[in-house]
Amino acid sequence: MNGTLVVFRREFAAYFSTPLAYVFLAFFLVLTGIYQWAFMGFYNADQASLQSLFSGLPWLFLALIPALGMRLWSEERHSGTIELLLTLPISVAQAVLGKFLAAWAFVGVALGLLVSEWVTVAYLGEPDHGVIAASFMGAFLMAGAFLAFAALVSSLTKNQVLAFVVTLVLLLVNLTVGFPGVADWLGAVLPSTLHQAIKDSSFLVRFDAISRGVLDLRDVLFFLSAMALCLFANATVVDLRKGA
Amino acid sequence: MIELVKLSKRFGSLHAVDGLSLSIQRGEVLGFLGPNGAGKSTTMKMITGFLPPTEGKITVLDYDVVQQTREAQACMGYLPEGAPLYPDMTPRGLLGFCAAARGLTGQDRKTAIGRAIERTELGGVMNQRIETLSKGFKRRVGLAQAILHDPPVLVLDEPTDGLDPNQKAQVRALIHEMSADKVVVLSTHILEEVEAVCTRATIMAEGRLRFDGTPVELRKRSRFFNSIELHLTGSSEGAGRAIEAINGVDSVQAIQTADGNNAMRIFPRDKQALLAPVTALISQRGWQVEHLFVDPGRLDDVFRVMTRDGSTEERESSSAPEGPSSLGKRETPEQLTSKS
Repeated sequence: MNGTLVVFRREFAAYFSTPLAYVFLAFFLVLTGIYQWAFMGFYNADQASLQSLFSGLPWLFLALIPALGMRLWSEERHSGTIELLLTLPISVAQAVLGKFLAAWAFVGVALGLLVSEWVTVAYLGEPDHGVIAASFMGAFLMAGAFLAFAALVSSLTKNQVLAFVVTLVLLLVNLTVGFPGVADWLGAVLPSTLHQAIKDSSFLVRFDAISRGVLDLRDVLFFLSAMALCLFANATVVDLRKGA
Repeated sequence: MIELVKLSKRFGSLHAVDGLSLSIQRGEVLGFLGPNGAGKSTTMKMITGFLPPTEGKITVLDYDVVQQTREAQACMGYLPEGAPLYPDMTPRGLLGFCAAARGLTGQDRKTAIGRAIERTELGGVMNQRIETLSKGFKRRVGLAQAILHDPPVLVLDEPTDGLDPNQKAQVRALIHEMSADKVVVLSTHILEEVEAVCTRATIMAEGRLRFDGTPVELRKRSRFFNSIELHLTGSSEGAGRAIEAINGVDSVQAIQTADGNNAMRIFPRDKQALLAPVTALISQRGWQVEHLFVDPGRLDDVFRVMTRDGSTEERESSSAPEGPSSLGKRETPEQLTSKS
């Protein structure tokens, strides 16, 4: 069996062998619910749309994905199991990819639970299914980029808490620079090319574009290449710092 | 089967392993002895392809471990130091994972897992989470994982560490049983273990090989080897001087005893056997012997000398059984009594 698949299966099963998965999923549903119903007034808006749900997802992911990703490599290094894993006839790339895909699939499960919301709005009104499908796709891509980044940070330290905090802070910066108010302010103080570069690399800007229903290939490629870049760096770090 | 050529590993300015060359053949059980930080674990990590060497070459079964890491890893079983395992898995889950990673599927996988369970006697805990297992069981799960695919090369970093005496005996028996057609490399802090399971003993210190020979040869290096401890009761005036006059006796040192016996330790010259002349003298003089013991040599003594006085005692890869006989003379009797 392929090494990536073997690692993927172990990792994916590991989520469900502890309460972590259930706690995470419960939190995810409760928080999306609170955001959508209490803050955004899903009912009062009287619109057959999930915009009130998806606008909150980047900020929810900001809190939850670092928690999910912090253990990916820190735990292996801390407990020494990295030695067990990497002396099996599996390459570092396969291990990195298998772990990442398992975590990403787990987020996929969480997003899958939100399909009930889609059913709800479809029952209540006539939503634009294209927009919702694109939004789900965008959310999944954004979560992947968050996770790949979290995995990279996790490979740099044995300390899970440190991995969590560093990931959270850096992702927060990334999201914040794309936040309309902040982006406008940056536009006023920074040279326009730099401002554009910062804006273009914000996950928030890219996600907003997709969740408006415009599934631009460039945005998709942006997320995919962000993941590839982070995972490549992740594999390099794991390879270089295994013994540290 | 395993060939290390001028292997070095540096961590910054630290030479963890420094120009180590070794060749290990099928059927050999090689024990790495050495103090903490001697480079034993680092060497094993390099053999198993976990750490790349800074310099040098490692070949396992004709595979270059650096170039053909996965091929080499496929024919090795490895128990890392401390037997790290995924705590939230069951032994069954973990062994299934390792078997899959090693490409074992279907019936082969079942057979392999079944055999590993049987050999390590894990049957009763297969469905219990690893974090709830005792240290002994965890170590056995680690061993089961290492022998799962019946590899021709086994690398075991402190396989009996933390086990109780029964479990130690069990693991040693297991290693012994499997060693016939394999190469086994193990590290240990327990000197007796080398004699119990190894056909070849090496001592490492400061990243270098200080000794390479059989466990018996190692024991012979002890300054106590063939020395005789003799306790006499009753009138035995001048016994010490009379024994010192025997041909072949190097020195006689008095031993303090609580019961006031005339006790001494007789050191031979060039570690020769002295039992015959000493017993002849005893019967000739009619001394009453309370206790007589021919020392087979002390491993901890050899270990200390070889790993501590590195610069003066360095004898790289020497396998000559007889070393310089000056060891016994170098220390004063006070030091000797406090150590023995």
